[in-house]
Amino acid sequence: MNGDLRVAIEADADLVEARAAARRLATSLGFSRTDATLIATAISEIARNIVVHVGRGTITMRALVEDERRGLQIVAEDNGAGIRDVEAALDDGYAGRGGLGLGLPGARRLMDDFEIDTSPERGTRVTMKKWRVRDELERLRDRRRNER
Amino acid sequence: MPLSVAILRQGDYLIASVQNDLSDAEVLELRDDLAERVGRQRARGIVVDVSALDVIDSFVARALRALAATARLRGAETIIVGIQPDVAIAMVHFKLNLAPLRTALDLDEALALLDGAKHAPRA
Repeated sequence: MNGDLRVAIEADADLVEARAAARRLATSLGFSRTDATLIATAISEIARNIVVHVGRGTITMRALVEDERRGLQIVAEDNGAGIRDVEAALDDGYAGRGGLGLGLPGARRLMDDFEIDTSPERGTRVTMKKWRVRDELERLRDRRRNER
Repeated sequence: MPLSVAILRQGDYLIASVQNDLSDAEVLELRDDLAERVGRQRARGIVVDVSALDVIDSFVARALRALAATARLRGAETIIVGIQPDVAIAMVHFKLNLAPLRTALDLDEALALLDGAKHAPRA
């Protein structure tokens, strides 16, 4: 059983380590090079939000096994003041108004699942998942076979 | 200049080769250093080779766009070369826009573009 991989995010140099760790883990889990790049890019954005808006937090990566598919889960947590308007933060148009920037909407597009839990008391937790494409294709194929 | 970037001068052009992944601070240092060198070394063109970058996220894209805009105001064109195929795919998914940044496949193409721009009348 793989343990969780935790990276402390406290300065912009930690983004370099978070990106490299994400790429190593994704590759070891059988993700394609392209998917590893998508994952590393999403992590970079989420980690930067922590550094810029809160100062410190953690990113935890975990291998996922669910039914017949495999994936990677990334949880980014901080104890900051939370995001006041999540809808706006996930809106591309928000970027131009000097808000959170392109980071959150961009990261959401790169991943398969994306959830934000945020409050002024608890801080912010972003949970993102990416599933291996080949597992998704096999699932679709199985479903079609069963329907016949 | 960040240690992770080698900057060479070739004729009227500055060629910056990123050697490995850069921290945000190093990205900004590179942007400012190149903008400053345009004046000091009287460069007419800048080529930034990013083939060593595994990730081009919104921060890097914004810094490169700012470099190109600043350099243009100082009379130099900027061309980005060597964006890896996986990185290009990620940028498309992300909907990251590099415009008005110019890109080329490699250094030779970038130099040809800059040579062409030098002889053509300025728009």
